[in-house]
Amino acid sequence: MIRILTKKTLVPKIKEYVVEAPLIARKARPGNFVLVRVDPKGERIPLTIADSDNGQGTITLVVQEIGKTTTMMGTLEEGAELLDLVGPLGKDREAPPGGQVIGFVSGGLGVAPMYPQTKACYQAGNRVISILGARNKDLLFWMDRIEAISHETYIATDDGSFGIHAYAAQVLEDLIQKGTRFDEVISIGPVPHMKACTNVCKKHGIPVVVSLNPIMVDGTGMCGGCRVTVHGQTYYACVDGPEFDGSGVDFDELSARQRTYLSFEADSLLHYQEEMEGKKHQCALNPAK
Amino acid sequence: MPAREPKQRSHTFEEVALGFGVDQAIEEANRCLSCKKPKCVDGCPVMVDIPNFIEAVRNGNLSDAAHILKEKNSLPAVCGRVCPQENQCEGLCIIGKKHEPVAIGALERFVADWEAAHIDGSSVVHPKPFGKKVAVIGCGPGGLTCAGDLAKMGYRVTIFEAFHDTGGVLRYGIPEFRLPKEIVDREVNYVKSLGVEIELNMVIGKIHTIAELMESGFEAVFIAVGAGAPVFMGIPGENLIGVYSANEFLTRVNLMKAYCMEEYDTPVITARKVAVIGAGNVAMDAARVALRLGADEVTIVYRRTEAEMPARLEEIHHAKEEGIQFQLLTNPKQILGDDKNRVCGMECIRMELGDRDEGGRRRPVPIEDSEFKIDCDMVIPALGNKANPLLTRNTPGLELNKWGNIIADEKTGATNIPGVFAGGDIVIGAATVIEAMGAGKRAAFAIDRYLRGASLDAEEELSGLPAEKQGA
Repeated sequence: MIRILTKKTLVPKIKEYVVEAPLIARKARPGNFVLVRVDPKGERIPLTIADSDNGQGTITLVVQEIGKTTTMMGTLEEGAELLDLVGPLGKDREAPPGGQVIGFVSGGLGVAPMYPQTKACYQAGNRVISILGARNKDLLFWMDRIEAISHETYIATDDGSFGIHAYAAQVLEDLIQKGTRFDEVISIGPVPHMKACTNVCKKHGIPVVVSLNPIMVDGTGMCGGCRVTVHGQTYYACVDGPEFDGSGVDFDELSARQRTYLSFEADSLLHYQEEMEGKKHQCALNPAK
Repeated sequence: MPAREPKQRSHTFEEVALGFGVDQAIEEANRCLSCKKPKCVDGCPVMVDIPNFIEAVRNGNLSDAAHILKEKNSLPAVCGRVCPQENQCEGLCIIGKKHEPVAIGALERFVADWEAAHIDGSSVVHPKPFGKKVAVIGCGPGGLTCAGDLAKMGYRVTIFEAFHDTGGVLRYGIPEFRLPKEIVDREVNYVKSLGVEIELNMVIGKIHTIAELMESGFEAVFIAVGAGAPVFMGIPGENLIGVYSANEFLTRVNLMKAYCMEEYDTPVITARKVAVIGAGNVAMDAARVALRLGADEVTIVYRRTEAEMPARLEEIHHAKEEGIQFQLLTNPKQILGDDKNRVCGMECIRMELGDRDEGGRRRPVPIEDSEFKIDCDMVIPALGNKANPLLTRNTPGLELNKWGNIIADEKTGATNIPGVFAGGDIVIGAATVIEAMGAGKRAAFAIDRYLRGASLDAEEELSGLPAEKQGA
């Protein structure tokens, strides 16, 4: 049974779940993700494993409520069960062996998937410099967690409502200008954020790794829906990634593909909200009721 | 076999072929010559005792007929619907030399459906398996067959399935109108009733490795994970919005039920004009699904001619009846996109058949300066699959060929790792449902021999599997 043990609202519309999943916890490595389904008629959605505890047999998921599935998941309380949980999926990411200066630059929700890698990198004896960016102060979370595993931490908001008034990529640029020498930068967050960080790194010749989040169905390499272009080659993010060399990623293509179902997703959420208010929707094509 | 009217059926997902009634079935059974040395059985990968089950139909003993079928075939209602009979049993039928062969597939389907309607499967109590533990990876036709056969021999079998539902390609790949999911449920329930356990949401290679399964008490493993990784052509425009691999398109519609978007959450783009590339069964399925989702025009684009199309005859026939267009001797050069990165057409080139290749098929050759544009807003490449690396990448020491498929003995499914067997798409690249089932059956037999410490190489026994071995 995939029980939700604890549920915490981190900031409005972003929730943290600790889920009972001993088999997955045993195998989870930084960079891995799971697929979740919460309803028999629902979608399979990919979520990065934000933390795992083999001793407790749990994994942590951080979910932003943007569509129907994530909104439905938000209605599940502690003690409730997820319908399906598959994983761990995706390639493992090995931390550098130690002695390197690694920058972790997150945008928005990206701080959650970034956490396990930051921790592994810190524990392996590297110098960790973390930059957390968000649109405004109401979207910032896990600052304390990141600070505890970073040698330097910078917080930035787009609107200046907290910390530095800048995009995270700009903070990265400023640090480099002031002489910080990064051996590698890991950037996770919305596509424009990863693209901006990648541009900064390319300009300064710093290797950059990004974690791509295309639309997925099976997550096991079977459908090819998550294909991304890296250095002119097509890869399946679910089995070849989700992390890639940022300098080769076609971010514009990724961002277009992520928008494939925007109108469907909006409709689906609207229908869900209407159904919550008692309106019924029925299918014309389905023979089996 | 009777079928729903093309006009009416092309807008619903209800089953197209309607199947025989009793009188029709007996009449058809009467055409069988009950050959002493039946050729038809040679054409059946799972060696169904065809003359005997047909004889039982002829005598009206339908429950006997069902019993005879199930001795060899755990999934008869599926096979009756999706086997390419013209290349197998019916292709070898003696009557077929001069007339229409006996409709063995339609009779098999009739018997399986009759049994489901008249015999309460849940009342049949099968002996509880007691023997050694065997793990089967993948709950598709190969895995189900192997698991069912091993359970009948008394082994304790667990199937590990990556998806949240059973059936593999029978559920995500083959559409409702060709294979109703109710029938897949029924066949899966039969396999479960034999004592087989099914664990869903288990991606072997990730959550457990094969070595871990063996350490945890499974004494043999059958790998039947299917192919996975869809093939694209490597032409410009393939990552535009509106280009779906057939796998993705069919999975969205069949497994996730995107055809019913009012109720189910997984979306699929609706298109006006759809081009499906390829002419196998999967291409026909994708084309007919696209039509049912409301496309005005659906075209199969294929670089050879109708004679080379690999799909079952019945599927091609049904597709034509429903109004699917065929653009033959045509090869795509690039997919064209608009300013929003959405498909708005496809540039193709005309082909002609040239010299024969090593396989004896005439090679299609482009005709110079014959480029032309197809108007379409969705493109579905249905060109087969590459081996999925997920399991094999995490199984050190397992021997693969240069394409990444598992190397397994043709007769036994044995791989180079003792106790590990494999079959179906992951071994031969592109298998049919029945080929995968045949591999599952042969592997079950070999696994039994392996676990009893007998030699795997027992050709004579494989071809004449004695009935008592089945334990049915």
